[in-house]
Amino acid sequence: MTGFIVRRLLQMIPLLLGVTFLTFAIVSFVPGSPVSSMQLNPRARPEDLERIRQNLGLDKPWYERYFLWLSDVLRGDLGLSLTNFTPVTDRILGVLPNTLLLTGTALALALIVAVPLGVASAVRHNSPFDHVVTAVVTALAAIPSFWMALLLIILFAVKFDEWGLPSLPAQGMQDLQGNTGILDRIEHLIMPALALSLGQIAGWTRFIRSSMLEAIGQDYVRTARAKGLVEQSVVYRHAFRNAILPLVTLVGLALPELFGGAYLIEQIFAWNGLGRLAFDATQSNDYTMIMGATLLFAALTMLGNLLADVVYALADPRIRYQ
Amino acid sequence: MASTESARVAAIEDIQPQLDAAALPERDWTGLGRGDTSAPGYWSRAWRRFRRNRVAVIALIITTLIIAFCLAAPLISRYVTHFTYYENHLGQALSQPGENDFILGSDGNGRDVLTRLAFGGRVSLLVAVLAAMSILIIGGSIGAVAGYFGGWIDTVLMRAADVLLSIPTLVLLILVSSFYQPSPAELAILIALVSWAGVSRLIRGEVLALKHRDFVDAARVLGASNSRIISRHLFPNIVPQTIVWASLAIPGLILTEAALSYLGLGVRAPQPSWGNMLQDAKQYVRTNWTLVFIPGLMIYITVLCINLVGSGLRDALDPRLNQ
Repeated sequence: MTGFIVRRLLQMIPLLLGVTFLTFAIVSFVPGSPVSSMQLNPRARPEDLERIRQNLGLDKPWYERYFLWLSDVLRGDLGLSLTNFTPVTDRILGVLPNTLLLTGTALALALIVAVPLGVASAVRHNSPFDHVVTAVVTALAAIPSFWMALLLIILFAVKFDEWGLPSLPAQGMQDLQGNTGILDRIEHLIMPALALSLGQIAGWTRFIRSSMLEAIGQDYVRTARAKGLVEQSVVYRHAFRNAILPLVTLVGLALPELFGGAYLIEQIFAWNGLGRLAFDATQSNDYTMIMGATLLFAALTMLGNLLADVVYALADPRIRYQ
Repeated sequence: MASTESARVAAIEDIQPQLDAAALPERDWTGLGRGDTSAPGYWSRAWRRFRRNRVAVIALIITTLIIAFCLAAPLISRYVTHFTYYENHLGQALSQPGENDFILGSDGNGRDVLTRLAFGGRVSLLVAVLAAMSILIIGGSIGAVAGYFGGWIDTVLMRAADVLLSIPTLVLLILVSSFYQPSPAELAILIALVSWAGVSRLIRGEVLALKHRDFVDAARVLGASNSRIISRHLFPNIVPQTIVWASLAIPGLILTEAALSYLGLGVRAPQPSWGNMLQDAKQYVRTNWTLVFIPGLMIYITVLCINLVGSGLRDALDPRLNQ
């Protein structure tokens, strides 16, 4: 097991090199540079701009800059953000908790809704309840998350406010008027987390339903029934524990989707997270910031997949990694 | 003895017309014009299975209607709405549906929403279909080459696919399109350039499974070149999987285009797409919520219906999956 983990971690290195190289190449072909916005400043003289460019290393060819950037990264330095000249690491760490809070809540929400719903649907296979769940889940799976987010805002923030009902805040992470209790944080979290988790709720419910149906059809379930166990025990102790295993992998694979989704959702809800930071960085050619965010996204994705494999192996004794 | 023999002959003569009738209809099940009476071919059986799936058929009809609506955009503009998609009526901006002759209302520039919806659908569907085709061409060739040749070629290509798979596609697309204003066709190719990895894996797996089958060996013994084996013997065998993949991928690509255009990075004004109509509308959520609701609903219905058609196709084309 340790050998497996080590080997997987080693395999991440060339992948991360590939990711950073690709991203760096793309960013370098962007016409214009962080300095070009400074050119608009009438007090900036051409020689100043040239000096800034040299200080930032922008006069060197891009592959040279890539290796300079890489050697800094290997020493644990992600460089300075080119928009406000604070360390990239600080800016990322500043907003990372917000993104983790959002994606974590969405993940938890998806699991809390999807698992019981999928199990109940499978246990009542072909009942009206099952048909309704299947139909609703199919309908939910196709909703664009950003449209859902806007609809949530229209209904719960705008219309509820108009109708004089208690409404939810449409923007930001907390009340700016100093009211910063835990309830206020939760109020701000509900809509973004819901919008972000809808796709997962739909996908996972469907998955757990079919996985559960498969498990219920297995011989060991029939054996459990035959020896006279109560239905409760058959479903939850025998079928459920096996049906739930593959979900671990699915959760691992959902991570890039969640982070990608956070890009949009953070934008819509003005959520001060990594997605918004990275998006703003692409808009202003801040390549150190872009590189830092991409590196983190990619590493988190790979670690998520690795974690899923490890947890799967721990949970299922039939799986052995050499 | 003789009597039983003659009785048997009589019996056969008796049912002979029925036998003839059963064999008679030389219906062309295969559609190949051979007029043979053999069992219906793969495609007609698949079509019959598809027809039995009522949800998929309804979804197919709605999808066809949506496509017709988009194709008829110039007609709608001329005969129904009497607006072009680009003309501004600033004095009548933000009309509610039905107000000032705007059937579905007007946007912040006073442009007619219904006309823009039809023209925008053209762009959204065009980008999605074109992107799916490009992904199939790029990912299909890479996957086929990797699976067929194996060795270091396989390793290099699949590691490249791994790299692409470990960055969220949207993030890459945001990067690329934030410095470059793509036309719809260019946008489709951009999307394809960053999203071919999944398909290449799918095709590679299929090719790996097929390449040691007897008919491939037979072709090789007959002296067929590698490119002939790939294009004539392997590709026809993966057509069903590709069709299913495409019908399930197009909804995702419609969403990708919409998301990019929503961020202001995809198709740009004045050319409408369902995504950039949403982007334009989001500032009016407080006053004109229908502006957000309508284009999103079009995206939603289209995505839902194509999804349903796709899973209907999957069940019809791959009976093994039918449980």
